[in-house]
Amino acid sequence: MKQLTPAFDTVSIAITGSGGAGAITSGSLLLEAAGKAGWYGLMTRTVGPQIRGGEAAALVRLSRRPVSGHGDAFDLLIALDWRNVERFVAEIPLTAHSLVLADENAGEVPGQIGASGALCLTAPFASLAKDINGARPNIIALGTAAALVGLPESAMIETVAATLATKGVSLENTSQAVRAGFDIGIQLASAHGAAVALRLAETSRSAVEAKVARWMITGNQAAGLGALRGGIRFAALYPITPATDLLEWMAPRFPGIGGVLCQAEDEIAAVQMAIGASYGGVPSLTTTSGPGLALKLESIGLAVAAEVPLVVFNVMRGGPSTGIPTKSEQTDLNVALYGLHGEAPHVVVAPLSVDDCVLTTQWAVHLAETLQTVSFVLSDQFLGQAKAVLPTPKEVDFGTIRLKPVDPQAGIYKRYALTASSVSPMAIPGTPGGQYTADGLEHNERGTPSSQANDHHAQLDKRNNKLANFDYGAIWAEIEGEDDAEIGVITWGSTTAPVREALARARANGVKTRLVAMRLLSPARPEHLARALNGIKKLLVVEQSHSGQFLGYLRAHYDLPVPPTSLRHPGPLAIRPAEVCDALSRWS
Amino acid sequence: MDGCTPEPKREAKHYKSDLTPIWCPGCGHFGVHAALNRALAELQLDPAQVVISSGIGCSSRIPAYTNCYGFHGLHGRALPLAIGLKLARPDLTVIAAGGDGDGFSIGGNHFIHACRRNVNLTYIVMDNEVYGMTKGQPSPTTAPDWDSDLQPGGTGISSFRPLGVALQSGANYVARGFSGDLNGLTKLIVQGIRHPGFSFVHVLSPCVTFRPEQREWKSQTHPSGLAATPDFHEASRRLADDDGLTTGALYIGDRKPYAPAVAPLADTKTNLAHIVEEFSI
Repeated sequence: MKQLTPAFDTVSIAITGSGGAGAITSGSLLLEAAGKAGWYGLMTRTVGPQIRGGEAAALVRLSRRPVSGHGDAFDLLIALDWRNVERFVAEIPLTAHSLVLADENAGEVPGQIGASGALCLTAPFASLAKDINGARPNIIALGTAAALVGLPESAMIETVAATLATKGVSLENTSQAVRAGFDIGIQLASAHGAAVALRLAETSRSAVEAKVARWMITGNQAAGLGALRGGIRFAALYPITPATDLLEWMAPRFPGIGGVLCQAEDEIAAVQMAIGASYGGVPSLTTTSGPGLALKLESIGLAVAAEVPLVVFNVMRGGPSTGIPTKSEQTDLNVALYGLHGEAPHVVVAPLSVDDCVLTTQWAVHLAETLQTVSFVLSDQFLGQAKAVLPTPKEVDFGTIRLKPVDPQAGIYKRYALTASSVSPMAIPGTPGGQYTADGLEHNERGTPSSQANDHHAQLDKRNNKLANFDYGAIWAEIEGEDDAEIGVITWGSTTAPVREALARARANGVKTRLVAMRLLSPARPEHLARALNGIKKLLVVEQSHSGQFLGYLRAHYDLPVPPTSLRHPGPLAIRPAEVCDALSRWS
Repeated sequence: MDGCTPEPKREAKHYKSDLTPIWCPGCGHFGVHAALNRALAELQLDPAQVVISSGIGCSSRIPAYTNCYGFHGLHGRALPLAIGLKLARPDLTVIAAGGDGDGFSIGGNHFIHACRRNVNLTYIVMDNEVYGMTKGQPSPTTAPDWDSDLQPGGTGISSFRPLGVALQSGANYVARGFSGDLNGLTKLIVQGIRHPGFSFVHVLSPCVTFRPEQREWKSQTHPSGLAATPDFHEASRRLADDDGLTTGALYIGDRKPYAPAVAPLADTKTNLAHIVEEFSI
């Protein structure tokens, strides 16, 4: 069994400002500079639904080892201004050990921030920026952050210069701006000493020294890459936050590998276009988020019934209805599992981290194509819009092949023939003798509409058995921890990261645990989970939902060894490692 | 094949499948089916290279009555499915077909945007001004005073004007035919398939069961007697004076069809490797 990584040193930085102040850009540049310096890191974003004048925060965590989630609190909060800070202050926990650094003109520190007991200082970001051509307060602040966390000034300058050069700012001015910020950091360190020392312990060689191949990639980009590697060559969408950037990344790259992308007139048209393209033999994808998924459901049922391979990539956000479009929540699980009318077996998979978006999406394509069914991928805003510096994920080859008829001209071609695997050879238009009419009406083996009981039963069996009898392999879940552990934790999706971190802390304290992070959610594999939970006597289920959708799903489809305890709360608050530790500590 | 012996010429009957249509005796859709088979024969298209996409309703059963590839999909969604297919497989001849409720009511948004997008396919709507399969409810093209169980005394809503909407929305070929005029309709379907871009063929196709008065269309429909115009303004003027029973091609435009360029598949491996490089730090 894979061992959990021990606890490690990290530094967490939040950069906040009103929309347009450059908080998100700053976070991204800080992450990139850390990457250039040989570190690892993760940046997520929390923003309001408006484009300008709203609120924005970049949440960055840096380390000398890979990180896939946030910690319990932030070590440094840089406020470019305090406007609308109340809208996301709950998402940026601070402690008495935190340092808050605000622009000197930002005004009084908001009560909730001060109440944390954090050391609150000010810095002249805006006034220094005024004196340097092309500089903005957020760039000065970046220099300060670099100095405080121990990033080399050169890496920060190099990174910022590359971005500002496109805006016509000279290298000289960029260097001047970053250095001005850096000097603030040095002055703070000499004035306040240990209280502002956020430097990471130099525990090992940096990734650059160790020559570890790394990527800087967002979850949605990783998913896009996974889709391309899986063979997706047609994609259609209707724009929706937070899914659109997946295909925005793919759009300029797609034609070069023979792909066609179409922006449809609505969510239903998008999924229908994907079904049409896939019927034509081209592996196809549609992307969406909650409200769009609801609109696509009838069409997804058609793809299941007509056995047309289709990948539906859903980036979850707060719901119901329009909900919280810009913030994460694991609450489209029920609609993905149960949203189709009638009995429509399909695949639901979920990536467990940013890098896992590559593998899981590629696998989703593989399953859709191999099983001639629909694969839902449930990502979420946290994963999708997170940017990470991580070890380059291993490339895999699933050997994806869509089964096609050998000689459809011999005899009458039966598109929905009952076979041993329940997957029947699918003729692609253009193949002589393979002509058939795909149908959403119940049909017989040939595809001719039929309302007969025996045809309905046979085709229900077929569509169920091809999924039920398939060997999904070890990839169905990540199982980590101790073989003799009695405490088990089950989770899925982006909450895997805080659970992993909590279990690593527990292990450091001598508590044995086992993690089951489920990648395959449908079809349910009760016997797999039973094996994974062998010997477990206490069970915790962790999810980011108000009602406990994942808990309900586990209790409905699996024989759990013991009644589970649920740790859950809705978005946009992230599940923190400390919450998981608290839940575990009640047992020890 | 040795390249010298020509393949035997395909006749209309070769495009018919062995299935018996579910349509009522006397249904106008038989005429559309016959005209479609004749059109495919006139174009000598290989049935394996033709796909017919349809929605739900009596007329939407047409794909399986041909020997072509077909997709009998969802109510109102024949067009986006056909568009996705044509974009992914520009080598195929793609036809979408269905009824007035399917195309103008539940699928109305797709109709507008299909005209706008102008993908090279042909859309045949068999209009009988009624929901026949669900037994006689008014459709978007039904006259406002048509009495029915669901809408006693009529809907009171003015009827949808398919040709006007198609023209305004950017369809590249706009025509109206009558299912009882086999030669005329065959010609329009042939023209529609041949003409690049989105071709809309509106067909008056009587429902003898729920709209028996439509039998009169045989005497009421009349050819426009005019050649199709490439002039949008002229076509609009003709529509303004149209009584809804005029047949023939109205408009033949020259808008460039929507067809995204795709690089040769041979580049895939190199380009994927290249894409991955951008993430390296």
